[in-house]
Amino acid sequence: MAEYILLRNRDIPAIDKLDVYLEHGGFAAFKQVVTEKQPQEVIEIVKVSGLRGRGGAGFPAGVKWSFLTPNVFPRYVVANADESEPGTFKDREILERNPFQFLEGVAICSFAAQANTAYVYCRGEFWDLAQTLEQKIAELYERGFLGENIFGSNYKLDIFVHLGAGAYICGEETALLESLEGKLGQPRLRPPFPAAEGLFAKPTVVNNVETLTNLPPIITRGADWFASIGTERSTGPKIFCLSGRIVRPGNYELPLGTTFRELIFEHGGGIPDGKSIKGIMPAGASSAILPGTDEVLDTPMDYESVAKIGSQLGSASLIILDETINLGWLAYKTTSFFKHESCGKCTPCREGTYWMYHILSRVKEGQGSPEDVELLREVAQGMEGKCLCALGEFAIMPVLTSIERFQLDYEALTGKNGS
Amino acid sequence: MLAEKYNQEIDQILAKYPPEEKRAAVLPLLYLAQREYGFVSIEAIDEIAKLLELDPTQVGGLVGFYTLLHEHPGGTYKIQICTDLPCALRGAEEFAGQLCENLGIQFGETTEDGTIMVEEVKCLAGCDRAPMFQVQEPDGIHYYEDQNIESAMGVIQELRKRGKRG
Repeated sequence: MAEYILLRNRDIPAIDKLDVYLEHGGFAAFKQVVTEKQPQEVIEIVKVSGLRGRGGAGFPAGVKWSFLTPNVFPRYVVANADESEPGTFKDREILERNPFQFLEGVAICSFAAQANTAYVYCRGEFWDLAQTLEQKIAELYERGFLGENIFGSNYKLDIFVHLGAGAYICGEETALLESLEGKLGQPRLRPPFPAAEGLFAKPTVVNNVETLTNLPPIITRGADWFASIGTERSTGPKIFCLSGRIVRPGNYELPLGTTFRELIFEHGGGIPDGKSIKGIMPAGASSAILPGTDEVLDTPMDYESVAKIGSQLGSASLIILDETINLGWLAYKTTSFFKHESCGKCTPCREGTYWMYHILSRVKEGQGSPEDVELLREVAQGMEGKCLCALGEFAIMPVLTSIERFQLDYEALTGKNGS
Repeated sequence: MLAEKYNQEIDQILAKYPPEEKRAAVLPLLYLAQREYGFVSIEAIDEIAKLLELDPTQVGGLVGFYTLLHEHPGGTYKIQICTDLPCALRGAEEFAGQLCENLGIQFGETTEDGTIMVEEVKCLAGCDRAPMFQVQEPDGIHYYEDQNIESAMGVIQELRKRGKRG
C-alpha cells in the first residue's frame, strides 16, 4: 500500500514515542470524539465503516458494540492481546512498534461503549511488551489523555494491563473474561454474550488489538474513506502474517481482497529453494487447508471469497506449505497443539483432541493403517458441531481437510496402494 | 511472607480491580510469588488465598492450568522453544533437539548445575523469526528470535554466568 494505516511504524519508525505520535496527528481522533460526539454517533461511524473484528471471527465491530445492554453500568472494554494462534504475530508488532495508536483505539472504543475502565489482556509471554505498554499508559496519564476530565470533559477513563499466564484458550473472549476474573480460562456458555454479561457480569466489549488500532484513522478520515479500502463487505486494511515455507516471512499490511498470489509471490517472494506450493493455511493452525492451485492463488483474501473456496480468512495468518510437507505430519502437529490447549471443560474437545493425537502419532510414524485414517475421520466428525467453543471446531479443520484434500499423503504414510 | 515484603506492590495490584472483585488479582499475585520464590509453593498458594479471601484450591488450580506458572522450582532459566507448526517448518524441531544434545539433557530436564531447563512449548507469536525461544526466569520472560545453535549457546552461557537462583 502507498501508506501504512496500521503499521505506521514502517513509515515513521519513532512513532512509539508519544511526542512523535502526537506530531503525526495522534490523539486528535480521541479528542474529537470526546469533545464533539456522542457515544452513539461513534458507534454509527464504526458501523458505516464496515470494520469487522480482526481476531478471527470477522464480526462487525460497530454492531457488536450496539448490543451492549442499555442503561447498565459500569461497563468495560477489554482489548484482546492474547495473540496465540500458531502463525499469528501481527498484534505483537502493533503493540511493540505502534502502541499509542492501539491505546487511542482502546480509548475511542471505551468512550463509545461508555466505559470508564478498560483492560488490555496480554498473553503472559508478552511480559516485556506489557511492561513497556504500562510505561506508555503512564505517559498518557501524565499528559491528561487518561484519568479524570479528559480534554476538559467529564469523561473519565482508566486503562490497565493484565497479564495472562499461558493458555491459548484465553483468546476466546469468554475464556479471556474468566481468566481476567481470576478463574481457569474456560469458555462460558452463551448466551448471555459479553455485551450483556461480560467482565464481572457487566456489559463488556471485547475486541482484538488490530480491530481497535483501526479506530483512530476511521474517526479522523471518516467511515467512507475506510469503506473505500478493501471489498464491499470486507472493508479496510488487514495485516496478513506470512510464515512457513516462504522466502520473506513477516507481516504485510494490504487491503482486504488482495489475492493469495500477490501476497505470497510478490510480497513474500515465493517458495524457497525452487519448490512448488502445495497448500495454504489461511487462518493459522485453525484452518481448513487449501491446495496451492491457480484457482486458490487467484482468490481475493476477503472473508466471503475465502469462505467460498472452502476455508476461512480468520486472523489472516497464512502458513505456507511446500511440496515436501506431508499433510498427515501437519495434522499431527496441529492436533498436538489443540490437544495441549484444549481447556478440558467439554468432553468432545477434551477427548476428541486426545484420541486424534494418539491416532496421528501412529500415522505420522508410518505405523498406522488405512483403518486408522478412517477412525481419525470418525473421531473428528464426532466432534463437529458439538464443542462448547470454537477451539474444538478449529482442531478438526486441518484434520478433516487434510484427509479430504490430500488423501495421497495419508496413503503414503499408511502404505495403502502398496506405496 | 509476600504481604509484608511487597505490601505496596500488592496494594497497587489490587487497585486495578474493583474492590469487590479482588479475585481478579490472583494471576498478578501468583507472578509475584514466583518472582520471590522461583516457583509457586503450597505456602504461597495459601497466602494468596488468604489475601484474596479464596479457597486455596481456587488458587492452586490455576497453577496447573496456566503453563507459565510452576509448581516445582525446575531450572532457574527455562529455555522454552516453540516447536509448533510454523516454527517446525523453519527447522525448530532440529534446533531444539540439537540444543538438548549440546546440553546433555532431554526436554523437561535441568542441567546438573540447576541453571538451565529446556522445554518444548506451543506458539509464542514469533513464527516469522524461527527458530526462536523465550527464557522464563523468576523476574520475567524475554524473547530470543532468529536463533541458531551458536547464538543460543551464547545466550545460555550468559545465563549461566548469572548463576542459579532460589
